[in-house]
Amino acid sequence: MSKQVKIDITVPNQTKYLGMIGRIGESMAYSLKSYQGNRRELAYHLNLVLTEALANAISHANDFDPDKDVRVVISASDQELIIKVFDQGLGFDIETLAKFKARASDEGGRGIQLIFKLMDQVRYMREGDGNVLEMVKYLH
Amino acid sequence: MQLNMTEQGDIVMISVDEERMDAHNSGDLKEQMLQLFDEGKCSLVIDLSAVRFIDSSGLGALVSGFKNASAREGSLKLCCLQPQVRSMFELTRLHRVFEIFTNQEEALSSF
Repeated sequence: MSKQVKIDITVPNQTKYLGMIGRIGESMAYSLKSYQGNRRELAYHLNLVLTEALANAISHANDFDPDKDVRVVISASDQELIIKVFDQGLGFDIETLAKFKARASDEGGRGIQLIFKLMDQVRYMREGDGNVLEMVKYLH
Repeated sequence: MQLNMTEQGDIVMISVDEERMDAHNSGDLKEQMLQLFDEGKCSLVIDLSAVRFIDSSGLGALVSGFKNASAREGSLKLCCLQPQVRSMFELTRLHRVFEIFTNQEEALSSF
């Protein structure tokens, strides 16, 4: 029988929590017993997409408002890993960010591109009084 | 961000003494580099041996330093990248932009 692991955590809208959330993603990669791929690489990639998604929610969506929170839900089964990052802001246009191709000399604009590059499905939509960025990684 | 700096002639070696370079701390490196540029120190080597993780903000801070150094006819070079950090430069194709060296000595002797 497939067993599902689910982590649901809410942190204040501050970048000092990036490391903590990123490391949860890394730990999750090492706990996926049935994963046959490069576990070390998956751990780095989950750390990275969580860090990028959280930083994006804190800055672009929640506009660095210290009174807001960011909720992160990670769930994993044998088949896939789903990460949801909930913000409480007006959101941002993910299609525009996804289409933007950072030039070598650009200092920013690589975060969302990296998420699209490393995850198999990415969606951003309104939910409740905010938005959710949903990222799926197939594990087979 | 913990940064250790040593000067070797005209070259400033900055060792990033952090496990992570991300949106929380990369601004510190950017500011430190701008301060050095204001002092006329435009030849920098960034030693990333302690850095296990870098995100797009960390890469952005290095691109900022590279551009500012080049604009002042100096240069910014990198050394001692851990394999997964190096893979981030390859993923973003920034390995084509930066000169990356295996150790400090090679980086210093390249100037």
